Amino acid sequence: MPKKTLMAGNIAIAEGAILAGCQAYFGYPITPQNEILEHMSKRMPEEGRVFMQTESELAAINMVYGAAATGYRAMTSTSSPGFSLEQEGISYMSGAELPGVIVNVMRGGPGLGNIGGAQGDYFQSTKGGGHGDYRIINLAPASVQEMMDFTMLAFELADKYRIPVVVLADGFLGQAMEPAVMREPVTELPGKAWAITGAQGRSKNIINSFEMEPVNFPSRVKLLLQKFDKIRRNEVRYEGLNLDDATLVIVAYGSASRSALTAMKMARQEGIPVGLFRPITLFPFPYEPLSNLAQRVNDFLVAELSLGQLIEDVKLAMGVDKRVELVNQYGGVPLSAEEILEAIKKMIKQPIGR
Amino acid sequence: MTKLETSELDTVLYRRPESLEDYHLHFCPGCGHGIVHRLIAEVVDELNIRERAVCVASIGCSVNVYHYLNFDGLESAHGRAPAVATAIKRCRPHLIPFTYQGDGDLAAIGTAEIVHACARGENITTIFVNNAIYGMTGGQMAPTTLIGMYSTSTPGGRKPPLSGYPIRVCEMLSTLDGPAYIARVSIHNPATVKKAKQAIKLAFRTQLAGLGMSLVEVLSPCPVNWRLEPVEALKWLTENMLPQYPLGEFKVIEAVAALKKGAGGA
Repeated sequence: MPKKTLMAGNIAIAEGAILAGCQAYFGYPITPQNEILEHMSKRMPEEGRVFMQTESELAAINMVYGAAATGYRAMTSTSSPGFSLEQEGISYMSGAELPGVIVNVMRGGPGLGNIGGAQGDYFQSTKGGGHGDYRIINLAPASVQEMMDFTMLAFELADKYRIPVVVLADGFLGQAMEPAVMREPVTELPGKAWAITGAQGRSKNIINSFEMEPVNFPSRVKLLLQKFDKIRRNEVRYEGLNLDDATLVIVAYGSASRSALTAMKMARQEGIPVGLFRPITLFPFPYEPLSNLAQRVNDFLVAELSLGQLIEDVKLAMGVDKRVELVNQYGGVPLSAEEILEAIKKMIKQPIGR
Repeated sequence: MTKLETSELDTVLYRRPESLEDYHLHFCPGCGHGIVHRLIAEVVDELNIRERAVCVASIGCSVNVYHYLNFDGLESAHGRAPAVATAIKRCRPHLIPFTYQGDGDLAAIGTAEIVHACARGENITTIFVNNAIYGMTGGQMAPTTLIGMYSTSTPGGRKPPLSGYPIRVCEMLSTLDGPAYIARVSIHNPATVKKAKQAIKLAFRTQLAGLGMSLVEVLSPCPVNWRLEPVEALKWLTENMLPQYPLGEFKVIEAVAALKKGAGGA
């Protein structure tokens, strides 16, 4: 058995980044993710790597841009209001095809909201978020172990596709403590011939997202589109539990999926055949597996910590004759298993009106 | 043909620096950017750092600068060039990154980034081209637009009750402890162009010596948006910009002063 260490989700992200060979971290304090910044301030210099506390999230994401341009594995971590500020830089990174990892430990919003956990940044994170035509990969961890593992995966995918990758966690996961296995460190990093390293023995490298002549730009955007399609084909990840005999399936990600897991177990103890479908990649969203599931399941209950964002993607995956309902909390308040169970019971009692 | 005549013909007195590309010029007639580009290219050649230099472009008329310069370069979001250059220097210290920013980019939307790069004493260089107007977008008021000066967004001229006062960037930044070298130069005649080159060279030498943040503000004409003929624009610059933006050195730490006096001086 590999040795497990008790650690907080935020620390698991920081250690995952170090294991993944993150060479530069830039961050600005914001709750509930400060432990990442603080942990990195100690650990990165220990590893002989770059750490900087920046003057804003704007500076942080643009430093990630600069570091990524030099070929370094770079990251920042933030929470919702800071993530809004970073959209500009993420759009530039997308346009310039720069890899990088952005951790968003979501909190209650909109506006200043509060420091509790929430999932209100789903649209912003999965549908582009900044200006222009782009998508970025979104990984949604649901445990401390996944906070570490998905941070490592984020660096791998970022380099594989030259794309920003978001680890979309929430305040409850960031603060939660669970045992996790420390993974083996990544020792070999990919070469990057396109990077800004000085024009020595080669012609100059330029990194930009700009074409003076509009007619020259669509071809670049089209290349991005082809990349997004490749990601849609190859990188969909999800988890299904008890789906084979389920007549009702809960769809949930992140910390909401933990409550959903408990609710599923409680329902099954009462003889209600409930399953759980957990999207792991929010972009690319697992439309096809969910659509296949809807071939034989009619009832879907979306459990999320927002006014209803994930539910729109779930509905997109369904036919019109499926019942998709929402059980939720928002504004920084957790969703309990009991609330989900209650929604399950209410849903199965109601005849399907179609 | 005598031997002497041949050698005279072979002597190149003036040529395109290796660091300057032969690239289709997009600047307006009488614009100062081309001169500043050339000065940077000459300095990079003379310091033999072309293979280490990195141009961090900004948004505005400066946006294409990496096409004109024959070494690595990249775009940065509006105002964020000092943050981008900071990361480049921290990650690969052997590189010589410099930002090339206009007054809208540096003194309006990018104030936080330049102030904090200076406050940290970041070992990077900034070339700040001040033409007192937003050029690329067509002549709106800039943070450095003079009181009373016409712009497309100050129809009756800039008036302080509505639009505040112009920012003296060098004076403001020189109050910070971080910067090693801050100077303001101009390019309105050959003598000032020569001095501008000396300042740019000293700024790069400051970075090469690891002495910290160096910034050179260059007063530069924008005839089209000033609604003036190129020669009139130079006259306007001397009569109106110089009183508001006096030329000179605003911060020279001792180590930079020693560098300036020492061998290979600027």
